[in-house]
Amino acid sequence: MLTMLEKAFTGSRRYWAWLLLLLILTGAGLICYLWQLDRGLSITGLSRDVSWGLYIGQFTFLVGVAASAVMVVLPYYLHNIKEFGRIAIFGEFLAVAAVVMCVLFILVDLGKPSRLLNIVLYPSPNSLMFWDMVALSGYLLLNLVIGWNVLESERNAVPPPRWVRPLVYISIPWAISIHTVTAFLYAGLPDKHYWFTAITAARFLASAFASGPALLILLCLLVRRFTRFDPGRGALQKLATIVTYAMIVNVLFLGFELFTALYSRVPGHVHSFEYLFLGLEGHGRLVPLMWTFVALAVVALVLLLNPRTRAGETTLAAACLAVFLSIWIEKGLGFVVAGFIPNAFGHVSEYWPTLPEALISLGVWSIGFLILTVFYKIAVTVKEEVGQ
Amino acid sequence: MGVGLLPLTDVLAQGARPQVLPGREALSAARWAMVFDSRRCREGCQDCILACHRVHNVPDIGDVEEEVKWIWTTSYEGAFPGRQHDYIDGLRSKPFVVLCNHCANPSCVRVCPTRATFKRSDGIVMMDYHRCIGCRYCMAACPYGARSFNFRDPRPYLDEVNPDYPTREKGVVEKCNFCAERLAAGIPPACVEACRDGALAFGDIEDPGSEVRKLLNSGHVLRRKPELGTGPQVYYIV
Amino acid sequence: MRIYNAPSIIAGLLVLIGLLTFPFWYNAGDVVAAPEPSLDTPVLQGLQDKQCIEPTPYMRSKHMELLRHWRDEVVRKGKAIYVASDGREYEMSLQGTCLDCHSNTDQFCGRCHDYAGVEPGCWTCHLQPEENVP
Repeated sequence: MLTMLEKAFTGSRRYWAWLLLLLILTGAGLICYLWQLDRGLSITGLSRDVSWGLYIGQFTFLVGVAASAVMVVLPYYLHNIKEFGRIAIFGEFLAVAAVVMCVLFILVDLGKPSRLLNIVLYPSPNSLMFWDMVALSGYLLLNLVIGWNVLESERNAVPPPRWVRPLVYISIPWAISIHTVTAFLYAGLPDKHYWFTAITAARFLASAFASGPALLILLCLLVRRFTRFDPGRGALQKLATIVTYAMIVNVLFLGFELFTALYSRVPGHVHSFEYLFLGLEGHGRLVPLMWTFVALAVVALVLLLNPRTRAGETTLAAACLAVFLSIWIEKGLGFVVAGFIPNAFGHVSEYWPTLPEALISLGVWSIGFLILTVFYKIAVTVKEEVGQ
Repeated sequence: MGVGLLPLTDVLAQGARPQVLPGREALSAARWAMVFDSRRCREGCQDCILACHRVHNVPDIGDVEEEVKWIWTTSYEGAFPGRQHDYIDGLRSKPFVVLCNHCANPSCVRVCPTRATFKRSDGIVMMDYHRCIGCRYCMAACPYGARSFNFRDPRPYLDEVNPDYPTREKGVVEKCNFCAERLAAGIPPACVEACRDGALAFGDIEDPGSEVRKLLNSGHVLRRKPELGTGPQVYYIV
Repeated sequence: MRIYNAPSIIAGLLVLIGLLTFPFWYNAGDVVAAPEPSLDTPVLQGLQDKQCIEPTPYMRSKHMELLRHWRDEVVRKGKAIYVASDGREYEMSLQGTCLDCHSNTDQFCGRCHDYAGVEPGCWTCHLQPEENVP
């Protein structure tokens, strides 16, 4: 194991410069977080009405990215899609980094983080948040153990130990469950009309399977660009197909929601959409962002549906970036905030993150990318040595 | 638990000692409930709010985004969104007192990951400030906007401090507790006691002889968002 | 197993161990006075029988457990009265019962807690009597 970890400590100038940048961003986030610990969540843009914002939105988005590892693992282990053999490890390590970010985002959102262990000391099976912690912890362990062992076996040119396979099989429904549980956090709350619909869980899964593999494609392209390892055109194209279908379904589900709201005109259903896309009672802070989401989604679909632009790797990269950013906007901010607007009294209270809040979030993303970079460096080095 | 219910003399005779007992004057009920009579509430009066916030050291943050409030007034439209009628003028300016409804089927209790908020056997939805991790899931779950979060340290925002009751600290969620500490001492909730117009009544809704039960049949009674199945225990006579 | 750069590694390890164990060997042999919580409050001075709700050795070692028990009984189970081992009854309240006698929290609680370096964590919510607030 140590000789694998060692590979993270040798790298090019660019590698170290990138790590340094991430460390600096992490440091900035940490300083802001210390300030938040001192002053309380008052330094964020959160309010009594909109009590969850950027932190929980990012957590929600990243659980989806983490779950998307299943989109590589399932075809490879269950259906023998050989192309994914080269990149399964990258999906698993992406899941590890994403889950770590999820837990960190929950941590920075807590009012009393020193009491985090209360969830373990006083387990509450009635609460979806308890199950979310269980699911996330389990998934983190699964991916760490599976990924590390498979990689080590590859490095030693032996097949992975037999007990890894059942773990892989478990990780498949487990991946679905982590994002379903996260969706259930929202979908079981009466009176939060924007969330209180069965299709929320389906939307979450669809957007996860679009945004996660899209990021994975981008990361694989970066790996090919900066290292001697080539993930393989076949793998990337198959992932692109998955992203395409998932994005279609994601947009379709949003369309279904819009129909229910706009055709029935029931205020509870309509108001949140109105707030997001048109503004409500003169408040429209998120409107430009939501139309950006729409534009990006359209661009993404156009590029993905056209076989030529999907095959061309520059256009594919652009499409994946558009998918990732559009879902990041819609799920990482729009979804959470719109649930609280209008509030229980029908009043509109807006939310916008503050600078410290954004820096803390950036710090968490940096930690995630630090972990991702280190793990990918190890994986790539192993694969380069083994001669792929 | 069983030992605590035996009369003290019997237990002493057996040589065992109960460790803890309920308060001697404690009021008890099968299900505590409150009735607000809007016909009696005076516009502009803040007596119930001031009493509650003073007794419980509720801070006056001064910033509406981060305000902490256990009980306050709102319009008919605010208390019963979607039920207002454009052509009924009489209700438009009437104040309605809103607070935690201490629901029979509380969604906030269901979602708390540490059971820091929990339902007592007498129906009161309680907060355990020692256990709360400040995740604010309960605030998302509450359909009534009854809960407040301490975004900052509340101490600087307390004008007069009641030395007989603690404050809270930054990072925890708080709300009305139906004056559980006063009930334990045998006195009614502060808001009920403070209302000079008798607009607030408090009692055991499952006791057919209680004042609250009788009031339920004295006028048109509403509850907030009853279709959600939360079973709110604050009743409004409109 | 071959250790590369052995001299520097071993030297570095020794420095690390030295730093980690600093609190132990730096103060070794020093005589530090045991903390003495002050019982000098008006209520305590006026008491005939200077007895806490339970004997002092019990309170010294178990007061945290007792307080935790009290808070669960009061907050979570709605109880109010504690029957001490000698049969006397007290209201289970930090502010109301304990601090009634021990109103000098800084010189009482603070003395031992400062010595042990353990933050009591009570005073952010529970009110300390006036004399302790700077």
